[in-house]
Amino acid sequence: MPQSKKTIFIADDDPDFLFQLRFMITKQSYEVITADSQKEAETILEKLKPDLAIFDLMMENEDSGFILSYKLKKKYPEVPVIIITAVSAETGFSFGLGGEEDKKWIRADMYLEKGIPNEQLMLDIKKLLKE
Amino acid sequence: METLSILVVDDEPGIRSGISRILSPHTVSYPFMEDDFNFTVLEASTGEEAISIIDSRVPDIILLDNKLPGIQGVEVLEYIRDRQYDSMVAMITSYASLEIAVKATGDGAFDFIPKPFTPQELKASIDNISKQLYLRRITRKLKKEGKRIRYQFLSVLSHELKAPLNVVEGYLKMMQNREAGDDLTEYDNMIDRSLNRITMMRGLIMDLLDFTKIRLERKQEKIRKININKLAKMAISTIQPYAIQKNVSITLEGEKDAAMQADPEDMEIILNNLLSNAVKYNKDPGQVILRLTTDHDKLIIEVEDTGIGMDAEEREQLFREFVRIKNEKTKNITGSGLGLSIVRKVMELYRGKIQVESEPDKGSRFILSFPFEAVPGIKDVEKN
Repeated sequence: MPQSKKTIFIADDDPDFLFQLRFMITKQSYEVITADSQKEAETILEKLKPDLAIFDLMMENEDSGFILSYKLKKKYPEVPVIIITAVSAETGFSFGLGGEEDKKWIRADMYLEKGIPNEQLMLDIKKLLKE
Repeated sequence: METLSILVVDDEPGIRSGISRILSPHTVSYPFMEDDFNFTVLEASTGEEAISIIDSRVPDIILLDNKLPGIQGVEVLEYIRDRQYDSMVAMITSYASLEIAVKATGDGAFDFIPKPFTPQELKASIDNISKQLYLRRITRKLKKEGKRIRYQFLSVLSHELKAPLNVVEGYLKMMQNREAGDDLTEYDNMIDRSLNRITMMRGLIMDLLDFTKIRLERKQEKIRKININKLAKMAISTIQPYAIQKNVSITLEGEKDAAMQADPEDMEIILNNLLSNAVKYNKDPGQVILRLTTDHDKLIIEVEDTGIGMDAEEREQLFREFVRIKNEKTKNITGSGLGLSIVRKVMELYRGKIQVESEPDKGSRFILSFPFEAVPGIKDVEKN
């Protein structure tokens, strides 16, 4: 176990999802900081440099997660970002990663669907944190 | 009246001024068009000049002579095609160069007008081009909007339906794995939250059913003369338990025998949605006034509240599907985001108008007017 806890920043406008993620991730001895809107996340990220960030895709904007990811990566390219959403391929929605143009600015490290088992999420977090 | 711009590219000044003279007073009118077209004519004597005009403002129609002093007409056509400018191009050409004209239509020219032409022939060509231009734009617009609306509706719907399922599943798994230890009271909050999300999801499903129902055809036999006052009282008594909890009082004002031709279910949907919003986004204590009035040609339903209100920007988004006004004041208020879309859809069926007045922290007023003539030819089947 590392000396000081690593900080994971989560932004999601669903209070229950936020509660569950916080609960599960805190149990794994990480420091968790949360925001319940894109706006709040932007304010917090002005001062905070997390070790990893998890962004919900749709908050007050349909692409809030992408915007947050873009802004965070611009400032700290090395901080891993997970974008997480309940929207998935069955509606023809493919994270907008169709063209090269999109890939250039949406630079999240991982895309996950809500409802994935916690164990998998925890493994992915550890992988991105290189633990 | 909509003005279409026509660029005439020809090195003969006589041709240019002739076309300008014929088309400037000309108008095109087709029964399927919302607006008639008239024309403003621009002139260019060379291909180079034409390109600089096109680059600064793309004309709707271009009449293009092929034989020009510098670059040729077909090269101008190529230039337009490569940049995918939204212009209808017709080649003006003498019979001697018909071959070029035919080739040009293959390269993206819409039509060709053989020289010499009479004013009548020119007008006939322009009428045809205008019609095609209109149809092309309408088709494009519908295609774009239809696609976008459908795509957005489905992706948001999927999101809204799956979010509560994921949350409830998440809580159940936490309980299954005893994530919070063996003390059962630790799980009370998770159970409450799960139940809460299920209730909300039920609300969303009910709204969704209403929403799809409205999209279907209206059944004529369901439309009859209804006493709106009576329906309003029912709607108020439905919402009353919720209003009492929220410390909001509801009063009914206006005409006791206000009536109109409608499907009672439609009117219930409208009243329930507006009243529930007026209570939901109110203050503690708060008031709601439901007012019914008629004049000779319409029924007016007003719902006024003393709630949190909205600013102009929020008001604009109000009727879009799944849009919920998100700010500090609405943070803890839940809803499907479909209520007002449903109201709007129903209003469209009745060719009604909806007007919103609102001021932040003061309250909102929704004014709905239903023209009586909108449901013509229905017999007075039942008098309430």
